[in-house]
Amino acid sequence: MGLFDKLKRGLQKTKDLLQTDLRDLLKSGEILTEPKLEQFYSRLIATDMGVASAKAIIEELREKHVGRTVVFEEVWDTVRAKLKALLKGDSGTLWDASQPLSPLRFAPEGVTVILVAGVNGVGKTTSIAKLANLLKKNGKKVVLAAGDTFRAAAVEQLTLWSQRLGVEIVTKPSGSDPASVAYAGCARALETNADVVIVDTAGRIQTQQNLMKQLSKIQRVIADKVPGAPHEVLLVLDATTGQNGISQAQHFSQTVSCTGLVLAKLDGTAKGGIVLAIRKEMNLPVKYVGVGEQIDDLELFDPDEFVNALFDQ
Amino acid sequence: MSRGHSTFMFEGITKGLEGALSFLRGQGKLTEQNMQDGLRAVQQALLEADVQYDVARDFTARIAEQALGAEVLKSLKPYEQFVGIVHQELINLMGPVDHSLNLRRGELTVLMLCGLQGSGKTTTCGKLAKLLQESGAKPMLVAADMQRPAAIEQLRVIGQQLGVPVYSEAPDSNAVRVCQNGVAAARKNGDVDVVILDTAGRLHVDADLMREIEQIDLKLSPQQILLVCDAMTGQDAVNSAKAFNDALELDGVILTKLDGDARGGAALSIKAVTGVPIKFIGVGEQLDKLEPFHPDRMAGRILGMGDVLTLVEKAQREFDADQMAEQQEKLLKGKFTLMDFKDQMGAVRKMGPLTQIMKLLPGMGKVVDMLSSADIDPEEDLVQIEGIIDSMTPRERDNPDLIDMSRRRRIADGSGTNPSDVNKLIKEFSTMSGMMQQMAGMNKWQQMRQIKQMADGGLFDPGAQIQIAKKSTALGPLDKRAQQDKKKKQRKDARKQRKKNRR
Ligand SMILES: Nc1nc2c(ncn2[C@@H]2O[C@H](COP(=O)(O)OP(=O)(O)O)[C@@H](O)[C@H]2O)c(=O)[nH]1
Ligand SMILES: Nc1nc2c(ncn2[C@@H]2O[C@H](COP(=O)(O)OP(=O)(O)O)[C@@H](O)[C@H]2O)c(=O)[nH]1
Ligand SMILES: [Mg+2]
Ligand SMILES: [Mg+2]
Repeated sequence: MGLFDKLKRGLQKTKDLLQTDLRDLLKSGEILTEPKLEQFYSRLIATDMGVASAKAIIEELREKHVGRTVVFEEVWDTVRAKLKALLKGDSGTLWDASQPLSPLRFAPEGVTVILVAGVNGVGKTTSIAKLANLLKKNGKKVVLAAGDTFRAAAVEQLTLWSQRLGVEIVTKPSGSDPASVAYAGCARALETNADVVIVDTAGRIQTQQNLMKQLSKIQRVIADKVPGAPHEVLLVLDATTGQNGISQAQHFSQTVSCTGLVLAKLDGTAKGGIVLAIRKEMNLPVKYVGVGEQIDDLELFDPDEFVNALFDQ
Repeated sequence: MSRGHSTFMFEGITKGLEGALSFLRGQGKLTEQNMQDGLRAVQQALLEADVQYDVARDFTARIAEQALGAEVLKSLKPYEQFVGIVHQELINLMGPVDHSLNLRRGELTVLMLCGLQGSGKTTTCGKLAKLLQESGAKPMLVAADMQRPAAIEQLRVIGQQLGVPVYSEAPDSNAVRVCQNGVAAARKNGDVDVVILDTAGRLHVDADLMREIEQIDLKLSPQQILLVCDAMTGQDAVNSAKAFNDALELDGVILTKLDGDARGGAALSIKAVTGVPIKFIGVGEQLDKLEPFHPDRMAGRILGMGDVLTLVEKAQREFDADQMAEQQEKLLKGKFTLMDFKDQMGAVRKMGPLTQIMKLLPGMGKVVDMLSSADIDPEEDLVQIEGIIDSMTPRERDNPDLIDMSRRRRIADGSGTNPSDVNKLIKEFSTMSGMMQQMAGMNKWQQMRQIKQMADGGLFDPGAQIQIAKKSTALGPLDKRAQQDKKKKQRKDARKQRKKNRR
């Protein structure tokens, strides 16, 4: 199934839902009562957006609509506007939906380095493969650096992807210093005049100091080799992640100044609402979403679609 | 967004119930009003720990009931009362302790691990194999993940590290067939008594892959089916756990990645919604990082009160009991000196990475954050700290207030540090003493638990308390367990029959 079919199907489902489920709860013509608000609050919590964000939305509804007759479209507009404002952050600008590479900051000239980090098992390596695919499709020459030298067969995993994609990969034996792999990856990209090098890293729990130090070393080494790099530091987040996502975003941003999120595994039933809290707290935008295990299962983040899907059941 | 707000929210989350209920501290008794506020705080703390909404709501309702009816505890302060009731109720809900793997004697036992993508199944297969190996069993691993690139290789490497045989086929094989062949190979091998099936990660809404795993269940009837779940999972944990349980009738859950700062509210949600016991927890990537699940510790963690019991237990392993008692005494009396501090640091270092240990202490999560944001590595600092304390005279160690500028310079020279380092240590020590007082506060709460335990016929000594919990785990009420197993088997057989009929 193509990218757009998937998107369309998702949107269709969302539209149907908005006709029924949420409309039932916020029925036009009825008075908006506190118990109804409480029910809606539970729906907000179910998205993982967190207590603070959910309360902020309820507060706004309470102010504007409680005790009045519901006009569904009006209530929904309030909610949607609030959520979208949260997602778009201070700048209010987002990228061009027709340009799949528009969220990425490329080097003005020469090699662009993308560093990918995150906790264990969230989908870093798979997202890298998907991103490489996207870049390649858009005419970029890509080099991968297999920087996870820790987890068993992590190098083999990325190597398999590189073979499927037909892009070059730089590897070192398991147990090597990941910073040296990153360095070698950058060097190779410079040598071969590649456009982009994507550096994979081992998963690490954000509170493990030694591993976080290792990550900043990787970043430093990249900056030494390619001035101005890394141009993008993408934090991969698992869509099932709950409130710990905030801690992840904070710690990783503190260590390597993340430039954006990839929200992986959004093809399940989890809503990924934690990105709302992360955007609110750290102004860190979602750039891409992962919607499956295959190479084409990466989509540009679309706030409209995301907000609608939050209430999908 | 303003930084001020950001810190505020983060604190709200790390503070947990302890912070949320702090407004009750110092209040005389439980009134209608402060009880409502308390209940709201409890519910919010649970939601912030990722407990599912309905579970949190039901839980709060139970607490309300108990807080109203808790005659025994009327004399206590509302804060202690609330925390005590919540803690106990969490333990009740997440218990009883069940670490069984249902191994069969003289017969091949089949264990199957399942779960979402990236939850830690393959790693946990290795951890279980190691655990079994150490208890004298002879495990074999079967690589049945045909989805993820290099998943087979990953399991092979893990098998090699452990010296455990791994059965695998080509990546394009059929997973059900691989499992069947794997078990056949184990039988043929003769030197294998437990087979662990490593299955592919799958979304509970992926009909094809769910059918595949049902097929494996049907064809192999594993003695244990364990769901591997990431402790960082939010509200969705119940959806996936419920779906896996409906499809496979799970025997247990293993909660992974608890070595971070996730509260792990999923533990409560999953148990409440499925009734399936949580058996083990994963606390690191290495293969020895698997521990039995203890509801009491998890309760403290969900509440954000520090993993007090784990710390006590870890400490007990490393400290000798007398020294421990002595230091606890000193600590409570506020007579904890720099020398004690040094001794304790030495013992603490033996227990594992310092930041990990520190996080187990109530209120220390933030200190660890502070250290890391100031780029301080406590491990490195420890060596320095020891040097500084060594260069002090006994009198100085007992009373750091004595240390003036010239003494400071002397100590710095002796330890190869700067006078400012010496100053810093002394300051830190006084902060630390503050934290010790916080721990003393915890002890009050523990005292309350002890009083309650005594009423229930328990023992006074906190060490003994832990021992007892452990014993009951190891032995268990055998008859009851056998009965449960029997019932479960009946249910399972009935289920299988239904499944067969469907086809
Ligand atoms: N359903 C689904 N699975 C994914 C997605 N992204 C990654 N995965 C799976 O999640 C697991 C872990 O992914 P991996 O890239 O190895 O994670 P890493 O440890 O962060 O590098 C693998 O089984 C992937 O196939 C996604 O968007 N959807
Ligand atoms: N920190 C930590 N990492 C873990 C734990 N269990 C598994 N992991 C890591 O999580 C990632 C995914 O684990 P894996 O076993 O491949 O998951 P699977 O896709 O479910 O088989 C790997 O990077 C593991 O090292 C744990 O308890 N703690
Ligand atoms: Mg990886
Ligand atoms: Mg696996």
